[in-house]
This record gives sequence, structure tokens and C-alpha cells, in this order.
Amino acid sequence: MPLMKSALFGSRRGRTFDRGIDLPHHKHYTDTRAVERLPLPPEVVIPLQQHTGSVTEPLVRVGDRVTAGRKIGDLEDRWCAAVHASVSGTVVAVEPRPFGDGRLVTSVVIERDPDSGTDEPTRRTGENWRDLEPEQILRILKESGIVGMAGAGFPTHINLAVRTRIPLLIVNGAECEPFLTSDHRTMLERTDAVIGGAEIIMHCIGAERCVFGVETNKPDAIELLQERIRDIPHMSVVPVAVKYPQGYKKTLLRAITGKEPPLGGRSADVGCIVRNVSTTAAIHDAVVLGKPLYERVVTVTGPGPLAGAGNYLVPIGTSVRHILEMVGVDARDLDGYKIIRGGPMTGLAIDTLDAPVVKPTTGILVMPPGEIQPEYSRINPCIRCSACVNHCPVGIYPNEISQLVEAGVPEEAHRLHINECCECAICSYVCPAFRPVTDLVMEGKAILCRREEENAPG
Amino acid sequence: MAYNPQLVVSRAPHIKIKVETTRQIMGEVMLALLPAALFGVYLFGANSAAVILSAVGGAVVTEAVFQRRLTGLTALVGDGSAALTGLLLALTLPPSISPGYAAAGGVAAILFGKVLQGGLGRNLFNPALVGRALMLVIWPAAMTTWVSPVDGTSAATALGGGEFTVQALFLGTVPGSIGETSALFLLAGALFLWFRSRIEWRIPLMFILGALVTALLFGADPLVHMLGGGLMIGALYMATDWVTSPMTRSGKVIFGIGCGVLTVLIRELGRFPEGITYSILLMNAVVPLLDRYLKRKALGEA
Repeated sequence: MPLMKSALFGSRRGRTFDRGIDLPHHKHYTDTRAVERLPLPPEVVIPLQQHTGSVTEPLVRVGDRVTAGRKIGDLEDRWCAAVHASVSGTVVAVEPRPFGDGRLVTSVVIERDPDSGTDEPTRRTGENWRDLEPEQILRILKESGIVGMAGAGFPTHINLAVRTRIPLLIVNGAECEPFLTSDHRTMLERTDAVIGGAEIIMHCIGAERCVFGVETNKPDAIELLQERIRDIPHMSVVPVAVKYPQGYKKTLLRAITGKEPPLGGRSADVGCIVRNVSTTAAIHDAVVLGKPLYERVVTVTGPGPLAGAGNYLVPIGTSVRHILEMVGVDARDLDGYKIIRGGPMTGLAIDTLDAPVVKPTTGILVMPPGEIQPEYSRINPCIRCSACVNHCPVGIYPNEISQLVEAGVPEEAHRLHINECCECAICSYVCPAFRPVTDLVMEGKAILCRREEENAPG
Repeated sequence: MAYNPQLVVSRAPHIKIKVETTRQIMGEVMLALLPAALFGVYLFGANSAAVILSAVGGAVVTEAVFQRRLTGLTALVGDGSAALTGLLLALTLPPSISPGYAAAGGVAAILFGKVLQGGLGRNLFNPALVGRALMLVIWPAAMTTWVSPVDGTSAATALGGGEFTVQALFLGTVPGSIGETSALFLLAGALFLWFRSRIEWRIPLMFILGALVTALLFGADPLVHMLGGGLMIGALYMATDWVTSPMTRSGKVIFGIGCGVLTVLIRELGRFPEGITYSILLMNAVVPLLDRYLKRKALGEA
């Protein structure tokens, strides 16, 4: 039905996937705001785990002097990415600090030297990276602490360690979540770093072709990328429709190639690797400039709009408090507000302003009380409207799964492919009965995962 | 010491689609039915209004009693689904029926069609039609006595052998149930719901096509089948009920065709001139099977 209506009233431009949903963009608050550096914080709190995988061991002690870019946390384990000092100064504490989600995570606290600036490190690996073997580059990525910067924070050296050649690289510039524009600005302002990073990934995975998938609401980025890759025959830009979650790797892959990885599979199973643009630029910086991932661009925004909204380059470990102060938000005005680290669909509502910016922090959203949605209710029954089914980008049955979890039989949800859920949260977003569908599905996934671990041999 | 504001913490998503609560959706469906209902009252007179109010009242109060929501008017209305059930039932009743019967029908619809089946979202059968089916069994004469909109005397419907022009059938100035006669107003309301993405086109279209083709096979006048009885209100408003129709597109197509074919089969082969109620109820019973065997494939499912 939506399909017929869009045929009547002008359809979406660009390729896309089935289902999904149109969301209000809210991008205009910041999409023309060039990246600026905020005044450096007096102190940074750097969690030793900012990625999916093992917690790193601290490599520094209280009293140690560190310079920006120095490795402060690592572990001889494949499932981990190194952590680096993001400012020059003195380590004043190595202790559990609030992460923002209610947990305490062991963090290195560095007091910045008041006179230290933002000097870029000078160790250059140079442009000769083509002489390096893929394994050597992956080692650099692990050492540089490169993780997926769009959400999950999965260590990149694991993603790119492929057994066979992967013919296609998709650089993900969809940035489909409302409000966020940090990827957009990165494509505009660091175009060559993004393209350079893409070349490095292609070298690692043996790719023949690279496609930049960018949503059509970023025409300037599409145009600029097209201009810069005009003389690179193996690269192309594919404008994709503005639809959520266009930036999920499997839906982007589907939009661009028409292929679908098998159930439980990865994009590599259909000959493709998907990497986010900011991560791609960070890969370039790590390999070519020898710069570890210790700072990133964060979109600071909110409905209203927020007075100091913009895109800011900040050291990892900068507190949300410092950033808001620097853009002119007074903490004393924030009672009853919701502060979200990430986007409005998948982000985390932090419980303290002391929560740090971490590697996957795409944005900071300031939601005033009037914009905060009422609580979801577990009591309301499903009215079988099937809106969640019709919008689910991975084609599962969130309504039935949520009811099975509610009834205490999540194991039944296995045959409904519960593990394919990409946690895009559309099901909760559309539910007219205000059921916390996404929460229930995620709860079911967690229960099943725990049981599997318990039943695993050994 | 830095100030620590009281922040609101809750799970994602942090934004929500607008105006899509159950109460608002039920309200929109009732709004869509309003022209047909008002036209029915205009055609058939004050008793129709009393019938509508009684059926709605019976349904709303029954649900409120069972859910212990008698604390105030807003609580009484609840999510609005009972009121919609009552309205739908009333629109399928003969204009001359006693409002007392209508109220009893409203009670029965909610009691047997909904509450006893597990409440909102759990009922297998369309509650309004459960109420109507029970009324047909209990008061067969009153439920099949029709009056002329012109003079109020008893008259046969088009399905019962009455002769009418196509214009009269389409506009609805013919004998029939209170809200079923005017295809024009029913279609207008349905179009509104379709634009608001409240109903879906597959079920009504397949319902109508299924009936049309079957009628032609029987050599019957397809226009009389389309416009002479409850097909329009059934196809547009009853069969499209979310709770009692299939979830998938293919399921909806089969469900719609089944309703259309069964309607004409009952009308042509059975002893009743009308077959909408039983055809939809029968297809309601098939919905769990359709949902189970016509599962849509997940992304990447072979």
C-alpha cells in the first residue's frame, strides 16, 4: 500500500531495500555546520573497553606522563582493539568510572597539561602502505584501536581478516538515523581520507570494486565523491533512497547489490564487506598518518533546535558535560531532560553527564522534556495491526516474537529467526499499542544467547 | 562540585511515530463510518439512531465492566475498540429492529466475540459479526425484516428480489441494513482510511473480485451482489479488521478471495439471501493457518 501511494505521489529516488520506514530527518540543524574543534577538556576519562570483545589491560599507572596518541590499554587477544591517550598530560587515576549506561568500566583518567595543544603525531607510515601485506595492515589497525565508529564498535581488524578475496567493498555513507550528520561532514571535509581509507581496505580484502552508498538527502556529498573518484575506474557512488535503516549493512548490501547474506551469515558470505565512512577515514589516518583512533567527530544537536548545535572534533574520553558546557548548555537547566549518546533510534540515554565520548559515539542529542516520549507499556496487548511486520527491515515477526518472550518461551522464537534482528527499533517506533517490542525481542535474544553459552560444551 | 541534573533514562527508540495510538486509530475508523451512519439515520429515521447508540452503549459498557474501567467517561471509552465494534454491528442491523435487541447484540459481541476469547488482540472472530450471527439465530424474523427508505413500509432488499436502479444501489436509497446500503459513503470512508494507511487494499479488492467472478459463474447479476447487500461494508470494514485478518500480503489475498467466493456461494446455494456474516466468520477461522503457512521470508532466508 505505501508502495502504491508513493507511485501516485512521487517515489523515493535511489535504490533501496524492502520495507523499512521514513523517519523525520532533523538533519538540517547541523548538516551545514563544518567540523570545529572544541576547547580541550581539563580531563579525559578513557574507558578501557570501547569495542565489542575483551577488556584491555591498562598499560599506564597513576603519575605516568602520556602524550596524545600513546597506547594506554591493550591485550594480547584477537578480540580486542588498543586504547590510546587522547590528550597529553598526567595519569591521575586508573579506576572504574561511569560509562553512561549504569555500568562502571575501568578507565584511565588523564589530567591534561594546560599548555598542551592538539598537535598531530608525526610518526608517518606514509603512502607506501601498498608494500605492506594485509596482515601487517590489520596489525596496524589493531594497534591503532580502529573499531566500527557507527554504533557497535566491532574491532575492524577482525572484520577485515578474510579467508578468501572479497570482490566488493561498500563504504557506508547512508547515515540513516535522524539528527546525525557527522558521517555527512566527514564525507564533505575529509573526502580524500575516506577514499584513501577505502583503497587500504580494498588492498586488505583483495576487493576489485568499491561502491560508496550515500543517501540522496546528502547530494553535496554524492557530488563531491563523484568528482574525486572520476579518475578511479574501480570506484563508484550509488545514491540510495532515504529510508531507515538504509545504513544497516545487510539492507545497504541488499539495496546496492540485490544480494542477501544467508540467515545467520555475514556480508562476506556474498562477497562483500561494508564499512562506515568515519571508520574508513580513521583507517586512512591510522595507516597513512600513523594516527591512532583517539578523537572523533560528534554531532551535538537536538530538537528545538539546540543553540550550539554543530559537529565537533573531540578527544575520546571527553565528558558529555564538557561538550555541552562548551556549546553553551548549562547543566543546571537539564533537569528532566534526556541526553542521548548516539542517534534517537538506537542511542543510549545516559544516566550521568560524566559519561565519556567513546569511539562509536556518533552524536549527543539533547531532548527537552516536551520531546520525551511516554514510556512504553508491557501490559498493552498486541492488536495484530502488523505494522512492525510490514516495516521490519530483516523480515521477521517482531509482534509474535515479542509475545513469545512475554509469555516466557523465548526458545520458540528461534524458528521465527529472532537472531536476525538488527535492533533498528522500528517495531517499537511504529507500535500503536505502545508495546516495547524492540526491548522484548532484545531480551529474548539475550536469554537465548545466555542459554547457549551455558549449554556449550566445556 | 558540578551540578548533576536528573536525567530521564529509558530504552531506545527515543522518538515515536505520531498519532498512532489504538484510541486514535479506532477514532479514525469511526470517523470514516460516520457519513454512512448519518446517511442511514437520514434515510431510515430516528429508530436507526437509537439502534446505533444502543449497540455502541451495550458494547462499551460490557467491555468496561469486564475490564473494571467504570471510573469515568474517558476510562469507560478505553481504547475505543468496543465503541467501534458496537458501531459496526449497528450498521449491519435492520433499521426497524428494536434498540433493545441492538443493545443485547452489542453486549453479546463484546462478551462472546472478544472478552471470552481473551480480549483485545486475542479474538479469532470479528466481534461485531459474532454479535450479529448470534442475533440472527435468536431473532431471525426481526433480523431479516427490511423497510423502504421512502415510506417506511416493509420491502425486499435487492438480494431478496427487490428491483432498483444502479444509481439507487450505489447511492444507497434502497432497503437494507442501517449503514450498509450506501456504497458511495462507505467507499469514501474507506478511501480516507486507505490514505491514512489504516486499511489495506488487498483484502477489499480480492473480496470484491472473488464475489464478482463467482457471481458471474452462477449467472447472477454481479451488481446486485456488489451493491445490494452487505458486501461493501463487509469487504471494506469487517474483513480488514487487523485482529482477525492475516498478516502477510499473500495471506490477505487468499483471505479476501475466500470471503468473496463464500459470500456468493452462501447467497446462491444457501437458504439465506445474505452471506457476508458467515463468509467472513468462516474465513476468520482460517487466519491462523494462513499466518502459519504463508510466512513471509526473512532477509536472507532461502
